[in-house]
Amino acid sequence: MQDFAHSFTLAGELIVSGNEDLAEIIALSMRVTATALGISALIGLPFGAILAVSRFPGRGAITVLANALMGLPPVVVGLSVYMLLSNAGPLGPLQLLYTPTAMIIAQAVLITPIIIALTRQVIADLNAEYADTFHSLVVPWHTAVGALLWDARFSLITVLLAGFGRAVAEVGAVMIVGGNINHVTRMMTTAIALETSRGDLALALALGMVLLLIALAVNGAVAFLRGTERSAAHA
Amino acid sequence: MHEVVSITAHSEIRLQSAPSPMPLQVRNLTFATDNTEILKGIDLDLATDHLTVLMGPNGAGKSVLLRLLHGLLEPTSGDVRWSGQPLTKAIRKEQALVFQKPVLLRRSVSANLNFALGLRRIPDRAIRLKEALADLGLESLARRPARVLSGGEQQRLALARALILKPKVLMLDEPTANLDPASTLLIEQAISKVRRSGVKVIMITHAPHQARRLAEEVVFIHAGRITEHKPAKAFFDRPESEAARAYLAGEILI
Ligand SMILES: Nc1ncnc2c1ncn2[C@@H]1O[C@H](COP(=O)(O)OP(=O)(O)OP(=O)(O)O)[C@@H](O)[C@H]1O
Ligand SMILES: [Mg+2]
Repeated sequence: MQDFAHSFTLAGELIVSGNEDLAEIIALSMRVTATALGISALIGLPFGAILAVSRFPGRGAITVLANALMGLPPVVVGLSVYMLLSNAGPLGPLQLLYTPTAMIIAQAVLITPIIIALTRQVIADLNAEYADTFHSLVVPWHTAVGALLWDARFSLITVLLAGFGRAVAEVGAVMIVGGNINHVTRMMTTAIALETSRGDLALALALGMVLLLIALAVNGAVAFLRGTERSAAHA
Repeated sequence: MHEVVSITAHSEIRLQSAPSPMPLQVRNLTFATDNTEILKGIDLDLATDHLTVLMGPNGAGKSVLLRLLHGLLEPTSGDVRWSGQPLTKAIRKEQALVFQKPVLLRRSVSANLNFALGLRRIPDRAIRLKEALADLGLESLARRPARVLSGGEQQRLALARALILKPKVLMLDEPTANLDPASTLLIEQAISKVRRSGVKVIMITHAPHQARRLAEEVVFIHAGRITEHKPAKAFFDRPESEAARAYLAGEILI
C-alpha cells in the first residue's frame, strides 16, 4: 500500500516536472498514431463512402469483410505486418522492422477497417435521405460522395476519434513490429507493459494517467461534437 | 386527348397551341410491387402549354406516377416519353421535382441553392441566387441552416432550389400541404410566375381552391387508374366519374 502511494506521488512528479523520457514516449505515440490515423482516414473515408453509395458486384462481401476486420486482434495484425516487413518478407528490403514506420503501418492496418465500416454506415444513413434528391438533380456520383462526406462531417470526426482511441491504446501490434526499443520505438502502451513487468510502477503509472487523460479527452471531444451537431440541427 | 382551352381563372393567359418543347407521352404504364399493382395501365398525353393538376384520394398513386415521370422509379411495364424520347439524363436535367416531404442538405439556405447551381455550367450564379431567394421570400434566411427552417420555409427553399436551374418541366408533389395562407400565396405566385414564363408545371394537390386557382387541366387518379382528364373548369363543374364526384363532394363537406 505504502509502495503504491509512493509510486503515485512519483508518477505525479514525473508528469508535473515534464520528464524528458516521458515526453519523448508521449510525443512518439502521438506522432505514430496521428500519422496512422491520417493514412486510415485518407483510405477509409472515401472508400467507405463509395461503398455506401455505389452498386457493384462484391460490394456486399467487402462490407461484411470490413465489418469482420473491425474486430481484428491487434497481435494478429502485428504478426502479419511483421511477416511482411521481416527480412524474409516481401517488404524486407525496405528495412522497416523495428522503426516507427512499422508501427504506423501496423496501426493503420488495424484501424482502416474500422474507419471504412463506420464511414460506410454513416454515409449510407445520410444517403438514404439524399439519394432521391441527388438522382432528381442528376448529381454526378463523385459530387454526391463529396457532398455526403461534407454534410456528415461531424459524425465522421466521431468515427476518426474512435479510430484514434483504438490505435493509441493498442499494445500488441506495435510491440511486435516496433520492438519497444528505448528512444526509437517505445510507445506509451509498450512502455507501460515493460515498466510494470520491471517493477518501475512510477513511470508506468505516469504514462497510464496520460493515456487515460487522452482517452477522456477523445471521449469528451466526441460528446462535445455530438452536442454541437444536435444543436446545429435543432437550434 | 383534349383540345386547346381558354381559361377563365387565368384570363391573362390565352392558351394557344404553342410549340411544345417537352410534351409527355405515357403508354400503358404500370407499377407493381411484389403483391400489389399500384398503377394499372396509365395512358396520358400532356402538352407543354397547360398547368396540369393531378388529383385523387390518398394512396391513389399520384406520387408514384410523378416519380415514374421523372425517372425516380422504374416502371414495371409501359413507357414514359418526353419529346418522344425515353428518360435520359439530358432530359431529366431539364426537369425538377419538389417532393411531398422536402429534402434539404444539412447546410445553409444559400448553400443549398449554390449546390444546385454548382451542378451545371451557369455563368451568372450570384444573380440567380439573389433572384431565387427573392422569389420565395428567403432573403432574410439565406445564412440559416436549412434544417432549422419551419415547414413552410423548407417547402419554399425546396421550390427555390428546383427553380434555380430553370427547368423546362416543374413537378410539384403537394407543395403547400401544411402551409399557412401567406406561404401558400408565395408558393402559388412563384408557380404562376414560372408557368407564365413557359415552364410546364405538373402538380399534385388536395386543396380544391388551390386547384381551381391554378389548374388549367385536371387529371384525376383513382386506385391506380386515370378516370378523368379534362380542362379544369369542366372537371370542377361536371365531374363525370363517380370517384371524382365523391372526392369533390368530400372536400366540400370538410
Ligand atoms: N416504392 C414503393 N414501393 C411499394 N409501394 C409503394 C411505393 N411507393 C408507394 N407505394 C404504395 O403505392 C400506393 C400509392 O402511393 P402514392 O404515394 O402514389 O399515393 P398518393 O396518391 O400520392 O397519396 P397521398 O395523397 O396520400 O400522397 C400507396 O398504397 C403506397 O403505399
Ligand atoms: Mg402523395
